[in-house]
Amino acid sequence: MKPDRPLHPATRADAANAPALELAGVHKRFGRTEIIRGIDLAIAAGERHAIIGPNGAGKSTLFNLISGRFGVSAGRILLSGQDITNRKPYQINRLGLARSFQITNIFHRLTVFENLRCAALWSLGHRYAFWKNLNKLKDAEDRAEDLLRRVGLKRRRDTVGGLLTYAEQRALEIGITIAGGASVILLDEPTAGMSRAESRHAVELIREVTQGRTLVMVEHDMSVVFGLADLISVVVYGQVIATGTPTEIRANAAVKEAYLGQHVEAA
Amino acid sequence: MELRELHFRPLNFGRWLIWGSTALLFALLPVAFEKGFALTLMSQMGVMIIFALSYNMLLGQNGMLSFGHAVYSGLGAFFAIHAMNWIASGKLAWPISLLPVIGGLAGAFFGVIFGYLTTRRAGTPFAMITLGIGEMMYAASLMFPGFFGGEGGITGNRTAGPPLFGIPSLTFGPQMQVYLLIAVWCFACMVAMFALTQTPLGRIANAVRDNPERAEFIGYNTQRVRWLMLILSSFFAGIAGALTAINFEIVGSEFFHAARSGGVLLAAFMGGIGFFFGPIIGAVVFTFFAVALSEFTKAWQFYLGAFFVLLVMFAPGGLSSLLLMNLRVMKFRRFARLRDPYVGVLLTAMVLALGTILLIELTYHVTLDTGLGPVTRLFGIPMDTSTPGPWVLATFVLVSGAVSFDYYRRRFGERWSEIQIEIEDWIRDNPT
Repeated sequence: MKPDRPLHPATRADAANAPALELAGVHKRFGRTEIIRGIDLAIAAGERHAIIGPNGAGKSTLFNLISGRFGVSAGRILLSGQDITNRKPYQINRLGLARSFQITNIFHRLTVFENLRCAALWSLGHRYAFWKNLNKLKDAEDRAEDLLRRVGLKRRRDTVGGLLTYAEQRALEIGITIAGGASVILLDEPTAGMSRAESRHAVELIREVTQGRTLVMVEHDMSVVFGLADLISVVVYGQVIATGTPTEIRANAAVKEAYLGQHVEAA
Repeated sequence: MELRELHFRPLNFGRWLIWGSTALLFALLPVAFEKGFALTLMSQMGVMIIFALSYNMLLGQNGMLSFGHAVYSGLGAFFAIHAMNWIASGKLAWPISLLPVIGGLAGAFFGVIFGYLTTRRAGTPFAMITLGIGEMMYAASLMFPGFFGGEGGITGNRTAGPPLFGIPSLTFGPQMQVYLLIAVWCFACMVAMFALTQTPLGRIANAVRDNPERAEFIGYNTQRVRWLMLILSSFFAGIAGALTAINFEIVGSEFFHAARSGGVLLAAFMGGIGFFFGPIIGAVVFTFFAVALSEFTKAWQFYLGAFFVLLVMFAPGGLSSLLLMNLRVMKFRRFARLRDPYVGVLLTAMVLALGTILLIELTYHVTLDTGLGPVTRLFGIPMDTSTPGPWVLATFVLVSGAVSFDYYRRRFGERWSEIQIEIEDWIRDNPT
C-alpha cells in the first residue's frame, strides 16, 4: 500500500494536459471494513468511462469519494490536475464536477423549471444574491429553458418535481447534473429501474448532453455500458481489476471469471 | 422561424392589485375601527405579521424549525428601547419612526453570532440548539439587569424625539399614529420579505429545504444558505421587536420567554407555512386569540390550543391551504355541491363549540373564581354553578353537538374527497 506515493507533477501549468479525473492510491475504510482498497484511475478529458462490477464492489462508494460526499482514508483525487481530495461537495462542484444519484435526488417541491434554474444559479455567478430579482435573470431562465428542451421535459415545465413519473425524474436528475456546465459528469446508474424503451431513450439523452464533456458512469445494464462507453473499468472487491475498451473487456478472462459471465452472452 | 418561441411578459397586474389593496386596507382600517381597543389590536396584529413572516423565512422557506425566534425580536426590542432613551436624553439624534432600523440591525447582528452556531446543523439538532439559546437568552436577561432591566424591565417614552417631518402634532403620542407607523413598517416589511422569495438566495433556500444534500452538489454550501436566511430573518424579527417597544414603551425579560418563540411558531403554522401569505392570516388570528379573546375569558389559551390541534389534524396546511383548496373547488365550479354539507358542518360545529365553551367556562368559574360566588354570566345569562342545571344543559348541548357534527363531518368528508378526486383527475388528463 502506497497511499502517499508521488503523483505526476500536476500544477496549473500543465493542467491542460492533466487527465480530467485522476485517482491515486485511493482507500476508504468504514470502521475496520475496507471498501475501497487502493484504486488508481486516470480518465482523459472528453472520455466516456464506465465503471462496472458486481453488487457491493464499491462503485457507488467510489463516486461518493470523488464527489466529496465521503472523505478518503488515504490517497489523492485530482480534477484536471487540481487536488480535490477531501474537499466539500460544493467546492468540488464549483471546480467543475457534477454528479447524479442512484436514488433520484431532486427538489421535489419545486417545479421542473425551478429545479433546473436552481442547478444553474451558482455557475452563472448568482451565488447567494438576495438583491437580484430571479425572474429578471435572463441567463438563468435561458439556461433552464434550454435544459428543459434537451432533457425532453418541456411539457412538464411547471409540474412539481415530486409528481413526475419515474423516468421523467431520472431525466430531471440528469438535467440538474449538467445544468451547471460541469466538465466532468458522474452518473450513478442513470438507467436503473427503467424499461428497455426508457433505457434506450436515456442512453440517447446521455450521449447528447455529455457531448464534449468527460463522463464517468456506474451502470449495471451491459447494453447501456457497451453502447456508451469508450473505456470500461471493472471494479471487484474495492479494486480495479481491468481497464480497457469494450472489446478488450469482453475478451478479458479475469473479468469474465470475476463478473461478466452470462452478461456478455446476453449483450 | 418559430414564432412559438416568442416570449412576452404581461405586467403582473394580479400582484399589483393584491399589494395595492393591502395598502388600501391598512390605510382604511383605522377609519372603520377607530376605537382605542381596535387600534391596539390592529397595532399588535401588524407587529405579529412581521414577526410571523420573518419566522416563516426559516420554517416555510428554508425548512428550519426554530424554537428560539423570540431571541431576535427581543434583542431588537431592547436595543430599540435603549435607543429611545438615548434619544430622550439627547445622546442619540435619531427619529423615533426609524427606531425599527436599529432594532432590525440589532436582530441581524445577533443573527450573525447565534446563527453561526445554530445553522451549522439542520433538522432536529437545529431545533434543539435554538431551544437552548432561547433559554440561555431568557436566563441572561435576568442575570444582567443593567441592560435588560431585571424583573421590572426597561421603560421608555416614544414621544421623546423630535416630531415626524417637523409637524408638531406627529409625536407618536396617540395610538392612531403608532398604528400608522406600524402599518407603514408592516407593509414595507411584507413587500421586502416577498421580494426576498423571488431572489436567487430565496429560491435556493427552498431547494435546501427540499433536499439539502442535492443543494451541496449543485455548488451551494447549505450552512451558508441557512445562516444568511437566519440573519435576514433576524433582521425582520428585530424590526418587529422595535415596533413592540414603541407600541408598549416597556420591554422586559418576558420578551425572550419560550412562550413568545412558541407563539410565533403557532401563528405561522396556523396560517400555513406553505404559502407566503399564510403567516399573515395566522398572525391576525393568533393576535385575535391572544389580545381580543383574552379580554373575555381566562380560558383563551385553551381555545387557542384546541383550535390549533383541530387545524393541524384536519387542515395540516393551515388556514391558507384551507382557503386555497376551497378557491380551487370554486374555480372548478363544484362548490354548489359542497354548500349543503358545509351548512350542516358549520351549524353542528357551532353547537358543539357552544357546548364545549359552556362546560369550559363553568369549570373555570368553579376552579378559579370561587371567590366570586357560584353565579356566573355566560352569554349574558346568569348561571348558578352550584346547581346541576347549567352542567346538564352544557353536557346536553355538547353531546348533541358532537353526535350531529360527527354525522355531517362524515358526509362532508365524503363529498369533499369525491370532488378533490374529480379535480385531480381533470388536472392529470389536461396537462398545462
